[in-house]
Amino acid sequence: MIRVVLPLHLRRLAQVDGELRLDVEGPATQRAVLDALEARHPTLLGTIRDHGTKRRRAYVRFFACGRDLSHESADAPLPEAVTSGAEPFVVLGALAGG
Amino acid sequence: MSGVRVLVGTRKGAFVLTSDGKREARGWSVNGPHFAGWEIFHVKGSPAEPNRLYASQSSSWFGQVIQRSDDGGTTWEPVGNEFAYEGVPGTHQWYDGTPHPWEFARVWHLEPALDDPDTVYAGVEDAALFRSNDGGKSWQELAGLRGHGSGPHWQPGAGGMCLHTILLHPTDPRRIVIAISSAGAFRSDDAGKTWRPINRGLVSAQIPNPTAEVGHCVHRIAMHPSRPDVLFMQKHWDVMRSDDGGESWREVSGNLPCDFGFPIEVHAHEPETIYVVPIKSDSEHFPPDGKLRVYRSRTGGNEWEALTNGLPQRDCYVNVLRDAMAVDSLDPCGIYFGTTGGQVYASADGGDRWAPIVRDLPPVLSVEVQTLS
Repeated sequence: MIRVVLPLHLRRLAQVDGELRLDVEGPATQRAVLDALEARHPTLLGTIRDHGTKRRRAYVRFFACGRDLSHESADAPLPEAVTSGAEPFVVLGALAGG
Repeated sequence: MSGVRVLVGTRKGAFVLTSDGKREARGWSVNGPHFAGWEIFHVKGSPAEPNRLYASQSSSWFGQVIQRSDDGGTTWEPVGNEFAYEGVPGTHQWYDGTPHPWEFARVWHLEPALDDPDTVYAGVEDAALFRSNDGGKSWQELAGLRGHGSGPHWQPGAGGMCLHTILLHPTDPRRIVIAISSAGAFRSDDAGKTWRPINRGLVSAQIPNPTAEVGHCVHRIAMHPSRPDVLFMQKHWDVMRSDDGGESWREVSGNLPCDFGFPIEVHAHEPETIYVVPIKSDSEHFPPDGKLRVYRSRTGGNEWEALTNGLPQRDCYVNVLRDAMAVDSLDPCGIYFGTTGGQVYASADGGDRWAPIVRDLPPVLSVEVQTLS
């Protein structure tokens, strides 16, 4: 079970409150978590990563365990603390300034 | 009893303003924000089923969402948001003149079909026209527009290369007129399969060839349904008119204090009565002399009168964007426009007297009006 934290705008779009808990099949990677997230909440398709290329949108970031995982490979294993459910996988919007 | 519903898109959400047919200044209710915090470029209702609304919701962070309502904007449902260019997207010109791949950014304008609530057109940035035949669940590009030949020479304006105007012919479903900043106006006579530029007569002194076939910064085109061959255009500079479906254009700026502006609209019952909001440019983009004035021509252009009653006539430095003006079809005709200062002004008498119906919204991007029976 993997815990996922979404930013307010995406929680509203998916009509969820608080953290999500996802069961991910196979190795827990960014791709597997996002596939599971989009399968459960199809309204999030295209809002975190591009429909076609599946690349992360430019102003979306992935944090976990005090680290920025945004530039890691989508197929790299997530930290053990995330796969065990001890720490959440955090999706957030980049700072805007102003 | 008749009424009106005003659909307002803003930088931070959508608002639905409603009134009975009297449209008195104190008689409006404000519902919203819907999709709080998102940019709402456009909200428009289906002429075939007025409770069917479509909204373009977008964010630089989270991309594009299309929302649909089947109860006049009380509740909404996200529908399809995948806008994939047909085939190999190709390139247009970038700001430095180099080829740049077409990249979808957002939907600027949604135009529901006149006869089918499930068919809706979307004008997008980077400029292209899409259509959905299933109520917004899936979108297909009408790729003949980008592919007709001049596409590689289109270049974005400062606001982005957006397709912002979609005019559907009231009796000939094969004819569609669209406009792109800053490529110009284009027309299809076969329901969107093939296209050609319709910019003859436009003169843009700021571009290398002022009378080029493409490259003109068209801001808006308006049409009265009873005379679909008569088109009125607000260009970056110049107010223009065509009497032959866009085959040729002539300037009708006349005595306007400034022929720059964004929106243009036609009176619901008087096809020769048109409205613009002059804006001072090239770089300031606020009303001349700090006076917010709508200009009305009852002669289809050239002779204009300032409409000021109820509008701020000092210290006003707002802008009125291209999709932020609309008319109702009551008698007398109501005119509505929204400003970047968050006011929505209405006139229930064809423009003679104005009053704000709401005045502290986020910057207004679009205004559409539905007349309800």
